[in-house]
Amino acid sequence: MSNFFNKSDLTRNDVEEIVSDTLKNCDDGELYFEDSKSESILLDDNKIKSSNYSSDLGFGFRAISDEVVAYSHSNEISKESLKNSSKNLKSTLKSSKGTYNHEIPKTNNKFYEEINPIEQKSLDSKLEVLNKVNDYLRKKDFTVKQVTASFAGEQKSIEIIRSGGEALTDVRPLIRFNVSVMLEKNGRKETGVYGVGGRQSYDEYLKNDNWKNVCEEALRIASVNLESKPAPAGEMKVVLGPGWPAILIHEAIGHGLEGDFNRKKTSAFHDLMGQKVASEGVTIVDDGTLDKRRGSLTIDDEGTPTERTVLIENGILKNFMQDRLNARLMKTKSTGSGRRENYKHIVLPRMRNTMMLSGKQTQDEMIKSVDKGIFAVSFGGGQVDITSGKFVFNCTEAYEINNGKIGSPIKGATLIGDGPSILKEVSMVGNDMMMDPGIGTCGKAGQGVPVGVAQPSILIDKMTVGGTKL
Amino acid sequence: MIKDQEYLKSKASYCLDLAKKLGATDASVTVGNSISESVSFRNRVLDESNRSDSLAISIETYIGKKRSSISSSNLLDENLKILISKCFETTKITPEDEFNSLPDKDLLAGEIKDLNLYDESHLENDKKIDYLRELEEVASIDKKIVNTESGFTENKSNFILANSDGFCNGYKSSSFSASCVTVAKDENSMERDYEFTSKCHLNDIIDPKNLGKIAAEQTIKKLSPKKIGSDKISIIFDKRIAKGLLSSFASAISSSAIARGTSFLKDKIDQQIFSNSINIFDKPDLIKGMGSQCFDSEGVKSEALKLVERGFLKEYLVDTYNGKKLNLKSNGRSGGGTNLYFENGQISFEELLKIHSRSLYITETIGHGTNIVTGDYSVGANGFLVENGELKYPVSEITIAGNFNDMFKSITLANDLDFKYSVNSPTMMIEGMTVAGK
Repeated sequence: MSNFFNKSDLTRNDVEEIVSDTLKNCDDGELYFEDSKSESILLDDNKIKSSNYSSDLGFGFRAISDEVVAYSHSNEISKESLKNSSKNLKSTLKSSKGTYNHEIPKTNNKFYEEINPIEQKSLDSKLEVLNKVNDYLRKKDFTVKQVTASFAGEQKSIEIIRSGGEALTDVRPLIRFNVSVMLEKNGRKETGVYGVGGRQSYDEYLKNDNWKNVCEEALRIASVNLESKPAPAGEMKVVLGPGWPAILIHEAIGHGLEGDFNRKKTSAFHDLMGQKVASEGVTIVDDGTLDKRRGSLTIDDEGTPTERTVLIENGILKNFMQDRLNARLMKTKSTGSGRRENYKHIVLPRMRNTMMLSGKQTQDEMIKSVDKGIFAVSFGGGQVDITSGKFVFNCTEAYEINNGKIGSPIKGATLIGDGPSILKEVSMVGNDMMMDPGIGTCGKAGQGVPVGVAQPSILIDKMTVGGTKL
Repeated sequence: MIKDQEYLKSKASYCLDLAKKLGATDASVTVGNSISESVSFRNRVLDESNRSDSLAISIETYIGKKRSSISSSNLLDENLKILISKCFETTKITPEDEFNSLPDKDLLAGEIKDLNLYDESHLENDKKIDYLRELEEVASIDKKIVNTESGFTENKSNFILANSDGFCNGYKSSSFSASCVTVAKDENSMERDYEFTSKCHLNDIIDPKNLGKIAAEQTIKKLSPKKIGSDKISIIFDKRIAKGLLSSFASAISSSAIARGTSFLKDKIDQQIFSNSINIFDKPDLIKGMGSQCFDSEGVKSEALKLVERGFLKEYLVDTYNGKKLNLKSNGRSGGGTNLYFENGQISFEELLKIHSRSLYITETIGHGTNIVTGDYSVGANGFLVENGELKYPVSEITIAGNFNDMFKSITLANDLDFKYSVNSPTMMIEGMTVAGK
């Protein structure tokens, strides 16, 4: 059935026996096998700078008793190694008296195909695209001083073996294509970055010369920044464009609604269930079921099928995102949000594709309503302090708004806000919801996982802009 | 037990031989094993135990000036055979790059100094639990502390780096770390802060009571913060934040950023970039140093460097590839700085706080607002308002912004340097930055 241990001295029977024996007095747990193949090919400074291929095979063995998690992982696949892990788990949970929960929902859905994107496109043709990108950008604009372009592809196969021998499997493709360009004009340097990706073959994203559009977008952002002026400092109105700026939702709201922080009562949202946390008209969902999206999963890393979880409905807090552990302790069910970076890490409740749904207004109306503020179109990244609720994100393309009109571009600035109150400051929700281009990676407790975001244009009445101009 | 040198060496030479046999003109291999055991606590009970045993190998093959690499965690000979031939085939069709090469032979490390980076002590999980119990008991004394999380990790590693020019060396290292994160709550706010300790030797870590006490005190101090108005005000960076500015400086003088032209410090050698009083060192050979190394990730010997002397930039951090591009010799900094630090300033921490009647003391920043292409800096921050040398009240939800070109020239350092991390700075004051708040 699987090839995870066919080259070792383990039989499926051995594995099932060790798993069942280790977990017999535990509340939950599983053995997780992972086989991943990945590549990265990088063009930089006019040359193919690196081409790297990596293959990794290993297991993570988890036993849970009440609130205590014991975990052991190794990349040595053998009877001895698995028994050592088992011994390690048993010694941590020696006084455990749990009853194993065998229940796990099943699914026939699949949100991506079982392909290996690395093998589906030859190395030669990948190198050709990277060189075309370099030539195209350098010929297109003489201020281009540096071009970086890369392919990153991966196929990850997993098998989860639960007590009693139940096995759940998934094969997950993932790719990303990225272009970064640096311009220099009159001694001033600025960069622009753009990329595309998701869970299908490279060529799905590159067909019809789509690589040119990726180049154009990176170039456009860099050109805008060459003309940028110092950003203003202080509280003002902020209009966010659709799509990628939804990392605001991810940082400000998403992390605070993950089950673990709320069970531990360290999230600023832990006592706000059922209460109004956003303006009317604001609905936010976290969806793992979107076809071929970067944040989608057929089953999560505990084997639970993913779903569309409504987090905030018309301003009211409805649900947290849960893995099995936090769901059990909070007496609810897993939302299929249990994820891990790889077999070396424990499962945590995480986001998948986090989206604010469309409203009724237009972006035009928002801009026109602002006397003094900024219009933010693209972001570099963000971060949140779960406990205080304060979050930041960094603009990579933004403009001044003066008297209802878009003005000059402004330099990259950090915006800071307060998670639990920011969505109450949303006074208009646009009708133009858009997904991001498929490039997001979310970090939590040292683990990075691919995620997606989406939102329409929104108007925030008050936010602090971290520029230098007073 | 971690794998010994003999095992790692045999794997490395197996790979080198195979690559040579296939027709590679050069090759280099790194093979390592790392075992770490950690235990974590939450609210004074066991929360998690974690054992990790990782093997890793990475191989680079060259055919003349063509190069590609592979990495894997599966060290079975059969798997290595498949991967090395895949790597070799990829190398064949990878375009040439004139700067690709192994390091110059005369730069490779010869004698390996014992820097005392390995402590063979082993702390059983039960003992780790005792440490954390003691720590959390102290951390949770104050009623305002509503949540405590702590962890203890012991790590042991061993590695071998070998290349086809005959270099073959490696050594063991260890680390023992403990951390404590506390959450405090009052009627107005909930705040989090932390303290941690990490050393090569078990006996050098901070005692648990102290660790718990510091974490709790730092967290309680942050309760009921205020937002201040936007202003130009001098900023005092706590040591744990000041070291981040030094790390940004290190990335800006890395030979890759310089060679690519994507650093605001390009072409600034022998120019003044800091104020006259600033000296910056990078010393790889500190005994028990958190960033110490006998050679860099290519096998090149690394010696102590004075990167900045009286404000003038003296050296970049150079590896082989970018060195060849820039016509510089590698100074053993493939992989960046080692033990990097600002030399102490002339005044005490207390005196630094008193320089201005009103300043802002920053203890935490959030966000990734550092741009080394332009030198622009803008991050979210929190800390304390300082008046006449005293911390008046906590401040949060503000941003601080400036440009490194100006910021570096306006640095004043205190004399409180210690070697807690691999990158270290005394408390630092910078004038002329913008605070955005209300």
